[in-house]
Formats: sequence, structure tokens, C-alpha cells
Amino acid sequence: MTRMRRFCRAFAAELVTAFALTTTYRAELLLWALSGTLPIILMGVWSEAARTGEMPYSPAEMARYFVAVLFVRQMTFVWVIWEFEEQVVSGTLSHALLRPIDPVWNYVANHLAERIVRLPIVFGLVGLCFALYPSAIFVPSPSAIALTILAVLASFTVRFALQYTFAMMCFATERASSVEGLSFAAFVFLSGMLAPLDLYPSWVATLAGWTPFPYLIYVPARILIGEPVAIWHSFGVLTGWAVLLIVTQRCLWWWGLNRYTGMGA
Amino acid sequence: MSRPQPDYKTPGMMLRAEHLTKTYRVAAKEPGVVGALRHLVRRTYREVQAVRDVSFSVEAGEFVGFVGANGAGKTTTLKMLSGLIRPSEGTVSVSGQDPFRRQKAFLRQITLVMGQKQQLIWDLPAQDSLRINAAVYEIDPPEAKRRIGELAEMLEVSSLLKQPVRKLSLGERMKCELLAALLHRPQILFLDEPTLGLDINAQEAIRNFLRQYNQTFAATVLLTSHYMADITALCSRVLLIHEGQLIYDGALADIVQRFAPYRELEIRLAEPRTSEELETFGEVANLDGLSVRLIVDRSKVRDAVVRVFEELKPTDLYVKEPAIERIIGPLLKGQGLGPSDG
Repeated sequence: MTRMRRFCRAFAAELVTAFALTTTYRAELLLWALSGTLPIILMGVWSEAARTGEMPYSPAEMARYFVAVLFVRQMTFVWVIWEFEEQVVSGTLSHALLRPIDPVWNYVANHLAERIVRLPIVFGLVGLCFALYPSAIFVPSPSAIALTILAVLASFTVRFALQYTFAMMCFATERASSVEGLSFAAFVFLSGMLAPLDLYPSWVATLAGWTPFPYLIYVPARILIGEPVAIWHSFGVLTGWAVLLIVTQRCLWWWGLNRYTGMGA
Repeated sequence: MSRPQPDYKTPGMMLRAEHLTKTYRVAAKEPGVVGALRHLVRRTYREVQAVRDVSFSVEAGEFVGFVGANGAGKTTTLKMLSGLIRPSEGTVSVSGQDPFRRQKAFLRQITLVMGQKQQLIWDLPAQDSLRINAAVYEIDPPEAKRRIGELAEMLEVSSLLKQPVRKLSLGERMKCELLAALLHRPQILFLDEPTLGLDINAQEAIRNFLRQYNQTFAATVLLTSHYMADITALCSRVLLIHEGQLIYDGALADIVQRFAPYRELEIRLAEPRTSEELETFGEVANLDGLSVRLIVDRSKVRDAVVRVFEELKPTDLYVKEPAIERIIGPLLKGQGLGPSDG
């Protein structure tokens, strides 16, 4: 068996088991998905604002944008830092470190399995949005769907890499998730989750461009609703950030392992 | 600074630790609000040497007991041997490899079982965890199925593998943990309190299984346990660790010679005697009617026996080595080994 085939078999086993575990926690997953429905609230607020004020968006366009934000946000949700933190603090990371496969693949499998189970819930939420705002109903073109899938995958990769990089701080502090909270605040503000970025002051939009955040939500959402986006530039930036974060994470991983004490185990 | 390289080439040598030391940096924080505020402004740390200059080697197929009180350094040593943590000083070689590099070839050869930590997925049947382990350790499905069947039969858990782990009793869970930990048929087993909290029957079952595994696969086993029955039943050799230092490395039977320079005289008296009368022969450890147990210095045993026969006219008399448990017991309680402390 080739090395790649052996890895694929191991990852497939991780994925199947993660799927079984996720279905066991389906009620919890539903609650998690519902807790991420801020875009539905913002959709109502901004659609009303678009109806009454002067905006470059019509109420239907605004509603459509937030439906797309909801979808992208749900499909790129990452929680690896909490899982990793719990494992470091409780010492259960020790078992993962002694298996001949990098622990990251277990976290990736857990996220992918969760995404498969979450997908019907996300479609249900999108359906709810369309029921609330029938004018927002849209059918993306096949090319938009294909590009959205790629953009969501790239966005997920960068978000995962970013959070996993922050997770390495668990080797130095027991509450790395609190530090990551700062990054999350920037993410919420600069990703286009609160409002389309072209409504921000130009200097904020420029500032956001220097971070990965607009490419994580705003860009995939615009691709989904068929708005013009600098595709090559966006994927280039996402690839750059992914490479930078993965290299940084690997460096911090080896630094952290030297500090790891396997406490509690 | 380069570290001295241990000799990995000794035939049959499976594990070697040389001058192994581990120092932890621990935050020193005073209790209360003032302590918390002070710690916030100016953090202070102290260094704790969990393991100090420990050297030993283990040959392939040996079953070695690692004994010491809580905090003596047993688990820290096991973590260094298994590659979980890097030694502060010294070198360690397991099967000719540096454990901390955690190369796949090394990881496939070892397993670490921790009685207090489980690797099985809590909410799924053990079978699911076994499927992952089989794939991760690159065991072909038919071979994995055969091994699971074989180990499950040895451990008597065949009917339990499809139940969620959370529904299993502690003993059943530990058996399944062992199954998962041994599925890849490791040659080196680090077992940290594998019988912790189990009832006597479950302890016995685990012991029998470990003995069988060691004999069947010629596996090298390093076992820590607070239950002396585990050590006496399984280990011919013992490492005693006290406050991070190795104070004894040798045969279990020789511990008595080294740490107990006394014998026990069990006497059945012909007529009742008082403690005061008996104390002229040795230390009275127990007096119950006509039965008495005396502790006598090894060098004075011969004289004491002669005097007992002459003066007490006993109906029965046995000279015994003290039980291992009675010698190691104080060590497990963190009291050291008294005047014989090596």
C-alpha cells in the first residue's frame, strides 16, 4: 500500500468515526447552528435601513447578501481551539501524540463530519430566510456555485489554520481561546459579517484588505450572490495566508511540544 | 551543547535511560486576593525537579515494576520514555531510538496506558475506536479483525465491543482500553496504574492478561502501580523511585535483603505471656492470645530462636522474611524506607 493510500485509509476511518460521533451530538449541533444566526437579525436591520435610507443596496440585495453571509459563516465555522485547549489542559493530548498520525487530522475529520451533518440545518436556515424575505430568493449560477465551493473551502482552510495557530498558545497559557477572542472580534468587524465592507469608511476597508478577514466571509458571500469579485486576487490572498499560517503553526507546534508537560496525564 | 550518546548496540537492550532529569518550572502563587494580584503584577516561578539523575536499562522481554509514592517521579519518567516530554538532562533510548522524535517506526512499537486517562471515545462503542486504531497503525482489515477477536477473547470483552464506552463498568472499560492500546501489538508497554480503582476480580483479570501478553509476544513491560499485588504477581525486577531519585534497581526478592534487615518470628505459645515478657526476645509486632509475631534483627535471629525454645517452650515457631508489601508500603505512602534508605 502506498503512503498516500495508507494515509487516506486512516483519514477515512477518522472521518467515519467523527461522523458517528457528530450524529450522536446532533441536538447540540442544532443549537450551535442556531446560535450562529446573527446574520438573520442583521439581514432584518440592514434591509430596513436600505428601504428607508440612501444605500448602494436595495432591500432585496441586502437580504440576499446576508443570506449568503449566513451560508458562508455556517460552512466555515471552526472550533479547533476549544478542542485543542481541552485536550492540553486535561492531558488527553498525550494519547493523540503517541499515535503515528498528526493530531490535526483528527480535528480536520471532526470539522468535516460536523459540516456534513450541519448542511441540512444550514439549508433549513436559508429556507427560513427566504420565507421571511421572499424578495431575497435567488438561484446562483452553476459557475457561482462552483466558485463558492472553492471559496468556502479556502476560507475554511484559512480560518482553521488561523485558529489552530492561536491554539498553539495553549502550550504557554491554559486559556489560549481567550487570546483568540481578540482575533475573533477583528474577524467579526472586518469580515463583512456586520455589514457589506463597501459601506465601511474607505480607510477601514483598506485596513481590512491587509488582513485575511474580508476574504473569509465578504468575498465568498459576494461570489455566491453573483456580485463582481477580483477572483484571482482573492484566491491568491487566501492561498498566501493559508501558507503563512500553516508554516507559522508548524513552527509553533514544535516549539510547543518542547514545552508540553502532559499535565493531568 | 552536545549530549553524550548512549550505547544503543547492546544486544537485547530495549530501553536505556542515562542520567535522566526533568525539571518543571512551576508558577509560585500565594493564596488569596493579595496573592492573586501580586502574581498578576510580578510572576514568580520555582523549579521542581520531578526526576533526578535516573539511570537504568531494561532488556527485551523483561517485566519491570516501577514503584514509588505519588509525586515520586514515576509518571514523569514514563512520559520521557514514551516521548511525550523532553528530558531536561540526560539521554533516553527506547529500541535504539530517541523517543522524543516520535518517529512513526517508534510509535508503532510502543504503547502507553494510563489508568486515569482513556483513549476510547466516550460516547461511541469501543469498536469505533478500534477501527481508527487499526487504520492509523496500518493493520489490514482482516488482520485487525483477527487481532480484535483474539485480544477480546483473552480479555473476555467480546460481547462488550458494540456498547458505548460510557455504558461499561470501570473494569470493562480498562479491558477495552488495553485492547485498543495493544491492537498494533507493541513490543514495549508503558503501563501507568492500569488497575487503578478496579475491584479485585478485575485486577486479577488484567494481571493475567498482561502476563499472557508478555509471555506470548515477548513484550517489554514497565509497570507502575500502587497495588503491590500487581508488582509481586508480575514483576521479577523492581525500580524504586523516591523523590525523583532511583533508590533501588534489582530483583523483587532482593528487596527484603536490602531494605529489611530483620526477620519475623511467628510463634505459637504454650501458655499466655505478656508483651513485656516477650519484648526481651524482639519487637512485638502482634500479640493475639497464644499467637505472637516478633520482629528480630537479622543478626540476632539465631540467638533469639534458641532463647525462645529454651525459655518459652513454644508449640510452633516459624522464621519468615517480611512481606514485600510491608517493606514497600511505607515508600508508597511517601515515608521513605527508614534507616535503610539507600
